[in-house]
Amino acid sequence: MAGSDVITRAAPDTVKILIAGGFGVGKTTMVGSVSEIAPLRTEEPLTAAGLGVDDLDGIEEKRATTVALDFGRITIGSDLVLYLFGTPGQQRFWFMWNDLALGALGAVVLIDVRRPETSFAAIDFFERRGIPFVVGVNGFYGDHPYPPDEIREALALPDHVQVLLCDARERDSSRDVLIALIDQLIAVAVHTGAAPRTDK
Amino acid sequence: MSGGDTDGRLVRLFALTGGRTRPSRADFTLITTVTAVDPPPTWATRPQPEHQRILRRCAEPIAVAELAALLDLPVSVVVIMLCDLLESGRITARAPHPVSCQPEDLDLLQKVRDGLGRL
Ligand SMILES: Nc1nc2c(ncn2[C@@H]2O[C@H](COP(=O)(O)OP(=O)(O)OP(=O)(O)O)[C@@H](O)[C@H]2O)c(=O)[nH]1
Ligand SMILES: [Mg+2]
Repeated sequence: MAGSDVITRAAPDTVKILIAGGFGVGKTTMVGSVSEIAPLRTEEPLTAAGLGVDDLDGIEEKRATTVALDFGRITIGSDLVLYLFGTPGQQRFWFMWNDLALGALGAVVLIDVRRPETSFAAIDFFERRGIPFVVGVNGFYGDHPYPPDEIREALALPDHVQVLLCDARERDSSRDVLIALIDQLIAVAVHTGAAPRTDK
Repeated sequence: MSGGDTDGRLVRLFALTGGRTRPSRADFTLITTVTAVDPPPTWATRPQPEHQRILRRCAEPIAVAELAALLDLPVSVVVIMLCDLLESGRITARAPHPVSCQPEDLDLLQKVRDGLGRL
């Protein structure tokens, strides 16, 4: 970018992962449980988010013309920071997902085990765009009535998409879901490279 | 949120950007990091107070989304002002690391994995 010959303190590399899923499935909870900072929030006026005022026809509460975005941060090292973005759950805000998804490592699609159908559209979104994702089944009240394979079948997920039982309130549990996503990405990268990785 | 003051707030927000609703360049993302140039270039003119507020927050590198959250301003408004600051040589910007799940991304992915493992 402009002014790149001006030396300032080195900025870290940044990457992001989306935490997606239907309304109220625990996205913000998951962001908060693994983030090193309390989740931050920005409010975007819809008109500024690239939507003409006329496009708000059909949205019942015209006064609520902002969409909230919450996110957290995990410092991987002095030169690398991972951001987690909780996508807006309400379907009417999904136009924002395209922008959010741009440049993301991948996504976690959270499912509320009591009403999995609310996350179907999120799965569909990432599948269509070929964005790598894992499915996190948020137990709510610690309950996991269905084994992962049953959920995979019910959601018609391909074998390479991992399904993990989790508790979005627990840091370790949320971390493990993120690690599973990264492992999936590593597997893709290794596979794409054809030749096995021998360096390093 | 509450919605009551939305219209008044919008008007105030766009006063900050001189009425502009689009940034002059499109390459600022939520996780682009910006850093104030210190000392500022000698040719830089004195920044407006609202730009000064941003500059104070990016003495250390900070991501655009964080900056917006801390300033309690929409990302779209912050980006317009960051464009001004970039054009006047007062900040530097660093684009996020592009990732495409290619073999050259393996080091980065492994680093992220190791970092998560330490949590
Ligand atoms: N008991 C229980 N409650 C949970 C769990 N995860 C989230 N919650 C609660 O469920 C509610 C919704 O969680 P959020 O994290 O706000 O969900 P969200 O997906 O961000 O919601 P939207 O952004 O509105 O779509 C909150 O009251 C949480 O405290 C869980 O695993 N168990
Ligand atoms: Mg939320």
